[in-house]
Order: sequence, then C-alpha cells, then structure tokens
Amino acid sequence: MFLKMMKYRFAVSEFARYDRAGMVLCLLGLLFVAFGCLLISQDAAAADGRTKSVSPLDEKNPLSNLWSGFYYAKKETKAMQLDDFGNPGSFYVEEGAELWKKKVGAQGKSCASCHKDASVSMKEAGVRYPVYFAPLDRMINLEQRINLCRQDFQKEKKFEYETRELLALTAFVRAQSRGMPVRVKITGPAKPYYEKGKAFYYQRRGQLDMSCAHCHENNYGKSLRSNLLSQGHANGFPTYRLKWQKLGSLHRRFRGCNKQVRAKPYAYGSEAYVNLELYLNWRGSGLEVETPAVRN
Amino acid sequence: MRFRFLKSGSCGCVKTLSWQRSLVNGACFLVLVTFVILAFISTNALIAAETGSETEENGLVKFQIINLIHSKSIQHSLSGKPGNPKRGEALMVNRKKGNCIACHGLDVFAEKAKTKPNIYADMGEIGPSLNGIAGRYQEGELRLLLVDAKQIFPDTIMPAFYRIERFTRVDDPFLNKPILKPQEIEDILSFLMKQK
Ligand code: HEC
Ligand code: HEC
Repeated sequence: MFLKMMKYRFAVSEFARYDRAGMVLCLLGLLFVAFGCLLISQDAAAADGRTKSVSPLDEKNPLSNLWSGFYYAKKETKAMQLDDFGNPGSFYVEEGAELWKKKVGAQGKSCASCHKDASVSMKEAGVRYPVYFAPLDRMINLEQRINLCRQDFQKEKKFEYETRELLALTAFVRAQSRGMPVRVKITGPAKPYYEKGKAFYYQRRGQLDMSCAHCHENNYGKSLRSNLLSQGHANGFPTYRLKWQKLGSLHRRFRGCNKQVRAKPYAYGSEAYVNLELYLNWRGSGLEVETPAVRN
Repeated sequence: MRFRFLKSGSCGCVKTLSWQRSLVNGACFLVLVTFVILAFISTNALIAAETGSETEENGLVKFQIINLIHSKSIQHSLSGKPGNPKRGEALMVNRKKGNCIACHGLDVFAEKAKTKPNIYADMGEIGPSLNGIAGRYQEGELRLLLVDAKQIFPDTIMPAFYRIERFTRVDDPFLNKPILKPQEIEDILSFLMKQK
C-alpha cells in the first residue's frame, strides 16, 4: 500500500515537472514566432528601396539591389521628405492641384475637364513614363505629355522647362503614383530609344572623361569629396534640392551631372535626355515613386 | 619528261625547305623566349645583387620584389624643371585643379584637416589611399599616371590630367585644354615622391 502510494506520488510530480517545462518551451516558441512576425512585417513595410534595398523588376538590370537616393541622403533631409508639412516640395504639388482644376484657353478647359479625378486617372502615369508616342515617332516624358495636352486640347502656349507651372503640374501628376513601383516599358517601339539611353549612360564624356556608370554604378555608397554617391535613380523627380532651394526636373539633374564632368550639357527636353530618362527609369524599375523627393 | 621531273622535284624541294624553315623559325623563337626570360631573371638577380650584401635576421640575403606590371612610364620632366612639392600639395586639394582628394585619402592631409578643415576635410573614398605611394611606383610611372591614368588602368574613373584628345563633348571653356599645366604635373609629382 505504501509502495503503491509512493509510486502514485512519483508519477504526479513527474507529470508536473514535464508540464512546466512544456509550458516554458511553448511560451518561448510563441515569443519566437511573434518576434519573427514582427521582423517580417517590418521588412515588408520597409522594402521600398529607402531603408532596405529592393530587387530590380528586370533581372537583366546591372544592379542586383536597388537603393533609392533617399538611402544616401542626410538624416535631416530624409526627415524633411517624410514630413508632408515640412517637405518644401509639397507646396509645388498643391500648386499643381490648383493648375489641374484651372480652366484656360478659349474653350475654358482644365486638365480635370478631360481627366477628372487625378488620383484615379493619373495613378499609373508617374510609373510608366517616358512612353513611345506614335504621332511624333519618339519617346515623350511627363513634362512633354503635359505640354501636348496644353497645346492640342487647351489651345494654350506650352510651359517652358523649369517654369514653376510645369514643375508644379509634373510633380502633382507624378505624386499620384507615390508608393507605387516604377515600371517603364522598354520593348516594342521603345526598344531602340532604350538602347540609345543605355549607350548615353555608359559613354565617357567631358574633360574629366567619366560616364554615369563611373559614379553611379561602380562607386555608389562611396564619398566623392563632400558628396555621398547614390545609384543615381530617377524615382524622386521632380525633386526638391536643398542646393537649388527649389524643385527641379530630372533634366536639370542630368545637366548638373554633365557639367560636373565638364561636358557640354544637352537642352532640357532634348531627345538624348528623354532616352536617358527612359533608361534610368528602367534601371530603377522596382523602386517606389517618391515625388516630390528631397535631396541634398 | 626530264624537265617535268625537275620541276616537280624542285617543287618538292621547296616544300621540304619551307617545312624545315618553320622548324628553324620555331627553334629561333624558343631561343629568343629563353633569352627574354633569362634577361628578366638576370635583372631581378641584379636587383638582388644590389642589396645582396646585406642579410636578413633569418640568414637569407635581403631582396626586394618590384612590380614590373606597370612598366609604362614617362621618364622626363614635362616642364624640363623640377617640381615644387608645396605648390603640388595646394594643387591636389584645389577643387578647380587636381582635386585629387575628391577621390584619394592621405594621412598627412587627414592630420591637417584637424586644424584646416575647409581645405583638407572631406577626402573621398573612390581611389586607393596615397599613403606611401612613392614606395609603390617609380617617378616615371607616377608621371604617366597623372598624365593619363587610362594608360595603366584602362577603365578607371581617374581623369587624364594632361591630354586633350579622345574626349566626348567637352564643354567650351575646357575644349582643347589639359586639366593641368606641365609644371603643375611636376609639382604634384614632387609631392607624391615625398610620400614614402
Ligand atoms: C563625377 C561623378 C558623377 C557623374 C559622372 C554623374 N553623376 Fe549623377 N550625381 C553625382 C552626385 C555627387 C550626385 C548627388 C548625390 C547622389 O544622389 O548621388 C548625383 C545625383 C544624381 C541623380 C539624383 C539622384 C537622386 O536620388 O536624387 C541622378 C538621377 C543622377 N545623378 C544621374 C546621373 C546621370 C544620368 C549621369 C550621366 C549623364 C550622372 N549622374 C553622372 C555625381 C555624378
Ligand atoms: C574621380 C576620381 C579620381 C581623381 C579625381 C583622382 N584619382 Fe587617382 N585614382 C583613382 C582610382 C579609382 C584609382 C585606382 C585605379 C583604378 O583601379 O581605377 C586611382 C589611382 C591613383 C594612383 C595609383 C594608386 C595605387 O595605389 O595604385 C595614384 C598615384 C593616383 N591615383 C594619384 C592621383 C592624383 C595625384 C590625383 C590628382 C591630381 C588623382 N589621383 C585624382 C581615382 C581618382
């Protein structure tokens, strides 16, 4: 009888011990899973090329990881971009929204008269331009599309490049695609223009004899005197540059990078630059549109 | 008949001759190659002989391995005059001139950056450090490297500081002008030669 009781007690205590260990294990496991979920969710939230790199959409891209220029910007500059009220580019977007609704020309047409709500009709534009435009048999970028609408449908004079109006409208239209990955088409009729843009990218130029690739493909992440070189993507344009104290077009940046190596820049809106714009957007296909970005 | 025989015979003769000639050629080539290799070994032996009198702690004779890969060089001063290292240093940090520190670091400059940050700070990281550069290159090689680095590193980002041809779309103010003048090259070179 005594022996039997001992056996029973032993069994109970044994059971309790295993149970406790099991519970601890279970808790640990749960914690582990929860932590993992947290990490994954953070990853998903950050995979926009700003805080974490993204994979290029096209596997032929020479860059295996895409980093937005945001990643290389100074801390205060990043903070400025993320704060909608502090982002000086927001003023341009607001002005663009006004221009969108403004009726002009003899027939009193606004952009909205044809395209209605930009947040619906313009959602894709910032992602896919430049595009092939058959009537002119060449590529056109957003600025040129806006001016075509202005001339053909509103019967108004076009806006010159770098005017406040054109920058504002372009920024407003592209901002509708904010957060969506860039995805330009380089096949079909766009193919030869893509090839030209690519050739431009790899061509050494200027007295300093450098190509875009020398800085933005071979040396990104390294400092060039006081500048930290980025991969030189187009996803934030039009961009507010602190150095310019103004919003600026991608072609203004191209001219700056050309002059930096003492090369003769091309004209705003020139075919050479639009082809380069196509090629550059292809290199950045997969990165999110950040318009209006803020950069040093 | 006889004529024909002779003809075909001579033909055969020529054939064997050319075959023999190629053998002789081959042998000649081999001898030449051996000579070249021997010459290489002997120059190295000469170098060893120069320091051969001294011995290391471990008992072996001291020898110095030199890098013969970058054997291209420009031996003579471009200006015919020696360089001034002080002026060379100023040219190296000047953004409109050499601007070498846009890409290269140098400990001597890093030290000076502590007291004169506006002149020496923000050294770049694109090129290798120039510490001890005079120990890695001979003067003539460094001169060529400054004149046209692409002669040594074909794909390099480093500009050619004394060349005016084979460029694309140089902007008007810089057209047909080298980045640096001959004396400026010599000045920078004399500064580099002090970095042992
Ligand atoms: C001498 C080096 C150099 C060369 C060559 C160069 N760039 Fe740049 N580029 C810079 C620097 C410095 C910046 C500013 C910092 C950054 O974003 O990389 C910049 C910025 C950019 C940006 C803005 C990136 C952003 O996120 O806002 C783009 C786009 C760009 N470059 C494209 C080009 C193209 C296209 C070429 C060739 C036509 C080119 N660059 C040639 C140095 C260079
Ligand atoms: C835009 C960048 C850039 C500039 C400006 C530049 N260099 Fe260079 N330099 C390089 C790179 C990169 C290399 C390495 C060669 C390579 O692989 O491309 C190099 C190599 C060298 C080397 C050989 C270093 C070694 O260890 O093999 C010397 C010496 C040198 N540079 C001196 C200078 C001097 C002096 C100046 C200014 C007059 C200068 N460089 C300007 C980028 C630059």
